[in-house]
Amino acid sequence: MREKLIIALAAGAAILLAYNLYNIFLVLPDEIAQGYMYRIIYFHVPAAWVGMIGFFAAMTLSVLYLASGNFRYDSLAASIVEVSVVFSTVNLVTGSIWGRVQWGIWWTWDYRLTSQLVCVLTFAGYLMMRQAIDEPTQRARLSAALTIFGCFNVVIVWKSIEWFRNNHPGPVISFRTGGGKMDPAMEHMLFLNFLALLVIASALTLVRMRQESTSREIDSLRRAAHV
Amino acid sequence: MNFFAQALAVARKDLAIELRTRESLNAAGSFAIVILLLFSFTFDPFSDDTQEFGGGLLWLAFVFAGALVFNRGFARELPNECLDTLLASPLSAAALIVGKAIANFAMLLLVELVSLFVFGIFYDVNWFPQAAWLALVFALATWGVSILGAVFGAFTVNLRLRELMLPVIIYPLMIPLLIAAIELTNTVLSHQPMSGQLQWIRVLVASDIGFTTLAWVLADTILLN
Repeated sequence: MREKLIIALAAGAAILLAYNLYNIFLVLPDEIAQGYMYRIIYFHVPAAWVGMIGFFAAMTLSVLYLASGNFRYDSLAASIVEVSVVFSTVNLVTGSIWGRVQWGIWWTWDYRLTSQLVCVLTFAGYLMMRQAIDEPTQRARLSAALTIFGCFNVVIVWKSIEWFRNNHPGPVISFRTGGGKMDPAMEHMLFLNFLALLVIASALTLVRMRQESTSREIDSLRRAAHV
Repeated sequence: MNFFAQALAVARKDLAIELRTRESLNAAGSFAIVILLLFSFTFDPFSDDTQEFGGGLLWLAFVFAGALVFNRGFARELPNECLDTLLASPLSAAALIVGKAIANFAMLLLVELVSLFVFGIFYDVNWFPQAAWLALVFALATWGVSILGAVFGAFTVNLRLRELMLPVIIYPLMIPLLIAAIELTNTVLSHQPMSGQLQWIRVLVASDIGFTTLAWVLADTILLN
């Protein structure tokens, strides 16, 4: 059942991504100020959204694990964190490339960029910590607690647009600005590509979760053999 | 015994041990001074810019030295199964963590005070005129750092490579606190008015409240099986 779901999600993502790439590169015009380079926003911003949603979903699952003790929630949280770290890294790399072309520098210690890097490092630490703990219950418990701490940090990342002066471009999406800052066709493509990346992330999460379940099964067989 | 009495009892115990042995204080204090010394080779210590980036220099020294304090916090309870005894006692897990944080706070403040005097001498920086603001910034930021140190000291006490995992996990979480502390300290050291930097005070207060609340709520999860 899970295999079929993974294949369906992957196929759906492939179709949606193909449609989006066609529109992004061949249909939509260049942006007036940024030229061709603006197209990176269709990957940069959705990757950030997928990452952030993933971290909060992992926090919710961590709370559910702490409440119920069901290891499925821990496996799913770990899988989502791993995929979200990848998408957040994509956000940073694409932002660097855009910054190099637009500003002439690969990186600036702008508070939002720095905070996103903090997020990636925090949850990379989460993944490292999981590797360092052999006992499954302790691993799940501490991972859940760290996710909750980490997400408190994510809130600071999210709010940094409003709290701090910075040289990152300000909000342009209509639900943030009340409209008028981004062409509707471009904004529509942004949301569509967000959907494509979300479907890709979901497929990757399910693949990773299958690995976690297998790993837990091997672990329990190993314990049974040693008893 | 109520929660605060329990936490203070834990803090008093740790501070009594530390004042007797001075293991963490000596190591952390020496390490902070060594860092201040090493930084003097990276730029001209008497340049006019020292007051602009002195805050960063100080807080890096504090958090690196602080890692030595945080590592010892729960590690000192491992011999003779003292940690298991503490957890089996009527002491609440949250009081244990907050007590450790109070002890960390006191030790780190002492290290910071000594480092501040040494910094003032090594880098010819006069920080006395706004000492009250400096005290507020140090108190707020040090509490945030201390509570994180106590929580993640508990996290990593039974992990492989404890001394490595603690800094890897804790430093990214400290960054918002550090940014605020560094900005405020730089403002104080360069004798600029604090009125334009109040949002950083809000960041420190919000972080302190947030991390302390999370530590209190998740204490049982972190310490108890």
